[in-house]
Amino acid sequence: MAKTHVTMTINGAEVEGLVEPRTLLVHFIRETLQMTGTHIGCDTTHCGACTVDLDGMSVKSCTVFAVQVDGAAITTVEGMASPDGTLSALQEGFRMMHGLQCGYCTPGMIMRAHRLLQENPSPTEDEIRFGISGNLCRCTGYQNIVKAIQYAAAKINGVEFQEAAE
Amino acid sequence: MNDLTPTREERAARLEGMGCKRKRVEDIRFTQGRGTYVDDVKLPGMLHGDFVRSPHAHARVKSINAEKALQVPGVLAVITAETLKTVNLAWMPTLAGDVQMVLADGKVLFQNQEVAFVVATDRYAADDGINAVEVEYEALPPLIDPFRAMAPDAPVLREDIKDKTEGAHGPRKHHNHIFEWTVGDRDLTDAAFKKAEVTTKELISYQRVHPSPLETCQCVCSFDKVKGELTIYGTFQAPHVIRTVVALIAKLPEQKIHVIAPDIGGGFGNKVGAYPGYICSAVASIVTGKPVKWVEDRMENLTTTSFARDYHMTTEIAATRDGKVTGLRVHVLADHGAFDACADPSKWPAGFFNIVTGSYDFPTAHLAVDGVYTNKAPGGVAYRCSFRVTEAAYCIERGMDILAQKLGMDPAELRLKNFIRPEQFPYHSALGWEYDSGDYHTAMTKAMETVDYAGLRREQAEKREAFRRGETREIMGIGVSFFTEIVGAGPSKNCDILGIAMFDSCEIRLHPTGAGVARMGTKSQGQGHETTWAQIIATEIGIPADNIMVEEGNTDTAPYGLGTYGSRSTPVAGAAIALCARKIKAKAQMIAAYRLEVHEDDLEWDIDGFRVKGLPEKFLGMKDICWLAYNSPPPGMEPGLEAVSYYDPPNMTYPFGAYICVMDIDVDTGAYKVRRFYALDDCGTRINPMIIEGQVHGGLTEAFAIAMGQEIHYDSEGNVLGGSFMDFFLPTAVETPHWETDFTVTPSPHHPIGAKGVGESPNVGGVPAFSNAVNDAFSFLGATHIQMPHDHWRNWQAAKALGVIEEAAAA
Repeated sequence: MAKTHVTMTINGAEVEGLVEPRTLLVHFIRETLQMTGTHIGCDTTHCGACTVDLDGMSVKSCTVFAVQVDGAAITTVEGMASPDGTLSALQEGFRMMHGLQCGYCTPGMIMRAHRLLQENPSPTEDEIRFGISGNLCRCTGYQNIVKAIQYAAAKINGVEFQEAAE
Repeated sequence: MNDLTPTREERAARLEGMGCKRKRVEDIRFTQGRGTYVDDVKLPGMLHGDFVRSPHAHARVKSINAEKALQVPGVLAVITAETLKTVNLAWMPTLAGDVQMVLADGKVLFQNQEVAFVVATDRYAADDGINAVEVEYEALPPLIDPFRAMAPDAPVLREDIKDKTEGAHGPRKHHNHIFEWTVGDRDLTDAAFKKAEVTTKELISYQRVHPSPLETCQCVCSFDKVKGELTIYGTFQAPHVIRTVVALIAKLPEQKIHVIAPDIGGGFGNKVGAYPGYICSAVASIVTGKPVKWVEDRMENLTTTSFARDYHMTTEIAATRDGKVTGLRVHVLADHGAFDACADPSKWPAGFFNIVTGSYDFPTAHLAVDGVYTNKAPGGVAYRCSFRVTEAAYCIERGMDILAQKLGMDPAELRLKNFIRPEQFPYHSALGWEYDSGDYHTAMTKAMETVDYAGLRREQAEKREAFRRGETREIMGIGVSFFTEIVGAGPSKNCDILGIAMFDSCEIRLHPTGAGVARMGTKSQGQGHETTWAQIIATEIGIPADNIMVEEGNTDTAPYGLGTYGSRSTPVAGAAIALCARKIKAKAQMIAAYRLEVHEDDLEWDIDGFRVKGLPEKFLGMKDICWLAYNSPPPGMEPGLEAVSYYDPPNMTYPFGAYICVMDIDVDTGAYKVRRFYALDDCGTRINPMIIEGQVHGGLTEAFAIAMGQEIHYDSEGNVLGGSFMDFFLPTAVETPHWETDFTVTPSPHHPIGAKGVGESPNVGGVPAFSNAVNDAFSFLGATHIQMPHDHWRNWQAAKALGVIEEAAAA
């Protein structure tokens, strides 16, 4: 099958490759670029494990063709920590609040939460729950994911995190 | 000592041992996308395999033509049952003593059954290839309803065994019958029913569901022809069992098989069994000489690799008029699908379903389970529960509510009246178990007080009156559930898998500088073993948890163990870890005694080292002992500081808990709102409360999903109607209720650290709590038992059937 040349920026670095028209973005990222932090959980756009940030939007990379993102800027979970290895506020929040167990949904969840906090820096619990409802988690029951995002929001906003009583 | 000398509390805190909310070590890699899951494994020259699957539930396979597929660019091979027959692998043994087709051999027995395996250079080419394979089928009448399975005119599903009157678990009564399993005293139970003042009888069904971890089942098989070695990376909850099974069926020497379970994206029972994808990938690697990867997609996962439940339980309870239970009689019709691939210890065809007497002191009971074949996917895994324990808990907890309703008694009061009393432990149940410890009354009372149970019942009574007066269309349900689990399989006297006793293991090797590595036969799939196992070791031998690296999942390095499922890791491997640490501690004590120039008996353990009794300044810490163990051990003692322990548990452990759910349902729409869910768990000694609470949250969410929406449903032709996340309910953060957790602590008397296991309790106890809440809500309108799942549509149907919706409104 004829291949198309694509160029894009991923986590600040320019990358290029030859893709079939049908190659999914998630496979381009995982197979061609060998960045395996972005996961595949359902193939049908339900679970959100493949969520990446594309030109300032959360997208499920299993439902975007690589050719569609020629010239785009993409952030994946590998681009979240500082170059010196310091975890981002969200990554720290997920660890501190026990917002993950098997870790499979975590990259997508963190990427979605990252965009959510850009859109709404001080979300309520309901807004967080609605904001991450495109991402499924089978382990945590979401309660600690909500706390993790609240923790990160507080840290980014420079206010003290107050854990809600159970 | 001076101001800089750490206090005992500071020394203990530095260890991050048992009981502390230690943050997880796994999270450093997982939050950065640096985990290594199976699909992340990429080997040079690796090929991809994918299945041609049957569109029919029951059909004869007339022909398979791979010619066109082999011309598709990138396609290298098409494997069929005929290919597999040349290596005697067209069929494989199941964990339940049956055999299962690896690829369709003459006929197909369920929709999406594996028919051919296409091997290609990448996953896209493999997909092109499967679309080009031509299969000719002749449709046969499907058998979908398990209640029709043993009808005289029911179609013969398993032609390979149609004349066999004896199965792996005794006589077969019909060509679609698998086994009958009976436990208990039938005559005594019948007698109890004969003289009972009150009896109840209800068919309680637990629908077919699926564990659906977010990562599907997958593997990479790589056969090295030169060395004659097979390496398998796979999503395996039990890697050692896989290695032994491969050795037995592929006739390879076991040391030449390397099974590696890397990070696993959730298991919940789905990843215990052996599936055709594993066999086909291994054969494909042997045929092509290249590594072969197989990755299930979600539809394949939901429709082929295992299911859970599908139990239809006719439940009868005998009781006195004042509410004392006198007998329990249960008959289960178990739908096992096309092959009996139930993942239970081999001698237990219905798992530990005989825990069905629950938390109650039944003087007598009888249980019979009939397993049958139907044209559905094989499986029968323990979806986040010990083997068939969640079915048993649902059965008895619904049964008790039905009895309470008949007696006009409060369901909590009925439970309190019939609980096994604390002084009865160890308790011998009528169906053969020895419960290790429990204090049910304390747990139930604490739960009722915390939620103000009496106040909730008063509110419910008021709301019911308001409903009757036509002032509201909302009904309120209070669901009570009190479960006793049986976990920690298991004692070799009654538990094995294909003859392999169900022990578990730990190996600890300390290094000279006071650090070490610990390896176990278990395999975390999200449970956080790397964090919690190190906590046990930290407390036992005084080395900080941060200095202990925990490794699991590589059969070359880990000691043999039976893996992680059925909440067995803490009860079995957790014990092995403690005992292994104690072996090390015993040697450390000899070293300390020599150094401190006292007799061993004159030493006492003090957090992170040994102290001479009565001479507090004479102390030797474990860090120093590690160095001495290697570099100057006492004369005659061999150097080093390491140990291995294999633990064969003397008994199971019996966690328990009291759950209360408060729910409001709008009768006109069937929409519900879980107002409150309170879960009290008693899992004995608590190793890491943060992880326990997280596990309870997750298990409750799965229970919520099962009770309120999940179902793998088949139409009358055998088409699967729950094959994607559009049709199979996985709750999002929006639907998922808020969880309140609580606990009591009743240690297991036979476990070295008193721990019982917890990961599956919330699924076991949660499902009946939700279902009882729905049934309780509708009970005053005349309902006795409404089947799960209780989604909006079914709630609305229930309201309609009870006549509380005007015909015009319902139309």
